[in-house]
Amino acid sequence: MSQAAPPATPGRTPEKVDERLLRTSPLRRLMGRPELGSVVGAVAVFVFFSIVADAFLQASSLATVLYAASTLGIMAVPVALLMIGGEFDLSAGVMVTSSALISSMFSYQMTANVWVGALVSLLVTLGLGAFNGLMLTRTKLPSFIITLGTFLMLTGLNLGLTKLISGTVSTKSIGDMEGFASASIVFGEFTIGDTTVKATIVWWLVLIAFATWILLRTRFGNWIFAVGGGADAARAVGVPVKRTKILLYMGVAFAAWISGQHLLFSFDVVQSGEGVGNELTYIIAAVIGGCLITGGYGSAIGSAVGALIFGMTSKGIVYAEWNPDWFKFFLGAMLLLATLLNAWVRKRAEATT
Amino acid sequence: MSALVELDGVSKYYGNIRALEGVSLECRAGEITCVLGDNGAGKSTLIKIVAGLHRHDAGTFRIEGEETSLASPREALDRGIATVYQDLAVVPLMPVWRNFFLGSEPTKGAGPFKRLDVETMRRTTRSELLRMGIDLRDVDQPIGTLSGGERQCVAIARAVYFGAKVLVLDEPTAALGVKQSGVVLKYVAAARDAGLGVVLITHNPHHAYLVGDRFVLLKRGVMSASHTRQTVTLDELTRQMAGGSELEDLRHELERAQAPTHLGGHPAGKERPAD
Repeated sequence: MSQAAPPATPGRTPEKVDERLLRTSPLRRLMGRPELGSVVGAVAVFVFFSIVADAFLQASSLATVLYAASTLGIMAVPVALLMIGGEFDLSAGVMVTSSALISSMFSYQMTANVWVGALVSLLVTLGLGAFNGLMLTRTKLPSFIITLGTFLMLTGLNLGLTKLISGTVSTKSIGDMEGFASASIVFGEFTIGDTTVKATIVWWLVLIAFATWILLRTRFGNWIFAVGGGADAARAVGVPVKRTKILLYMGVAFAAWISGQHLLFSFDVVQSGEGVGNELTYIIAAVIGGCLITGGYGSAIGSAVGALIFGMTSKGIVYAEWNPDWFKFFLGAMLLLATLLNAWVRKRAEATT
Repeated sequence: MSALVELDGVSKYYGNIRALEGVSLECRAGEITCVLGDNGAGKSTLIKIVAGLHRHDAGTFRIEGEETSLASPREALDRGIATVYQDLAVVPLMPVWRNFFLGSEPTKGAGPFKRLDVETMRRTTRSELLRMGIDLRDVDQPIGTLSGGERQCVAIARAVYFGAKVLVLDEPTAALGVKQSGVVLKYVAAARDAGLGVVLITHNPHHAYLVGDRFVLLKRGVMSASHTRQTVTLDELTRQMAGGSELEDLRHELERAQAPTHLGGHPAGKERPAD
């Protein structure tokens, strides 16, 4: 606590400051934030690609980056919350596809308004999330196993049921069905003036704001940190640990529904084999964003920065005209670096507060 | 006035294992009841029954004279019984003020704008801790950065603030040094003076005798003795706690013990074969 004391910032009037407390400079307060490591990383990645890729700074390129980040980010937000709550969801990737398939096939087979299909899909997807949560809290098995099971089952169901109902591995086009136009504005893209805006970016921003509000300013947020940081202690003071975890899984399911509807309504068919592997991307974004893999620490904004890094890297490599095969290598290196940086920052921040 | 908490012949079985058999104790307002026992004596089982984590299988459990069987820790809290555990009193990574109000967070606003009353939470945490004599550096620091004694004290202050009538403390001094233990015992006494009944679980008769009014000794799941402060001396308590005659036997055994020929699966005194 003695060495490396930050020079007291002049000009700040200390109102009732404890003499044992080294004046915390704004810089050090910033260092204590979970998303700091990822912000530094994001700036580094941004500067790097601005230099090596000429096309990177054009408005259209940045829009593409933002779109890529938003599709991932929508899922990374609830996955980060779940991770702060101390659990994983490996089924999140295919759940997006399941949600899109249910919506599409229900509307097509029942010749219903696509909004009815979307509503049915919402209920079923939330049910899937609740199933994950209930299985976890009832069996007390690790979430890794439970959601690995759901992941495999959903992967099989997606392919099996789609082939059974449609005869092929993709769904029939619902582009000409009732309600499609309005649904594609809500979930696909819309235009303001003469700019086209991807709806996912709006959804993403709303989710980030909502999740941050929940985490930092509500009782439920307090419980999320508690069940991830010390489930037994939380239970002992009366926190409904099981309900909290089930709701977190349903949060992931809700985001999967949004992503699924985006998938469906920005094209009009869904490939049943999609989504496999994405669940790890969501987790990577959350971890790069400063979520502790063991739970109890992290932020929604961090997951957004993680998603942004992911988007910049995946598109930056294209704009730099490199072989996209290198993307995974960069992503892996980034994950390691970010995790190390986070661990280092947190250790320093905790040692000096 | 009836006791705040009264156990009468309480037993608990896990399958065919008799964890607790016929244990009686009472705890009155403004008094400290100490439960003493060695590891495996049934102290944790006893505490879990009082805290609402387990239901008892036989005997009666009365809270303020009314017979009950607690279904959950929440119910115990609602009935005024707050339990502070040695190892899981708090969530280490969370700031002190979030820990202080965990599970009973005050809110303001209504509907979708219902939110944590952060200002009140911070201010109350600071003032309540100060009232207990804990002068905290920063309520925003993760509680894991506090010392073990300070953490216990925060948990005790929290229980007092939330209107606990009975405070159950699970080995509050077990992992602490001499000075830290003294600090914690001071807050235990402060809670007593505030009119709370305290059930103090410990295996240290010295700590128990410093503050205790009643003493219950557990041995292998049964109650081996029950004293009030008037009927027992520290020496007697220590002797009974240490096992009395058993200690004598142990002394003999240790004196006569032969050097073992095998230690840890390897012939003693020989080099471990290289593999």
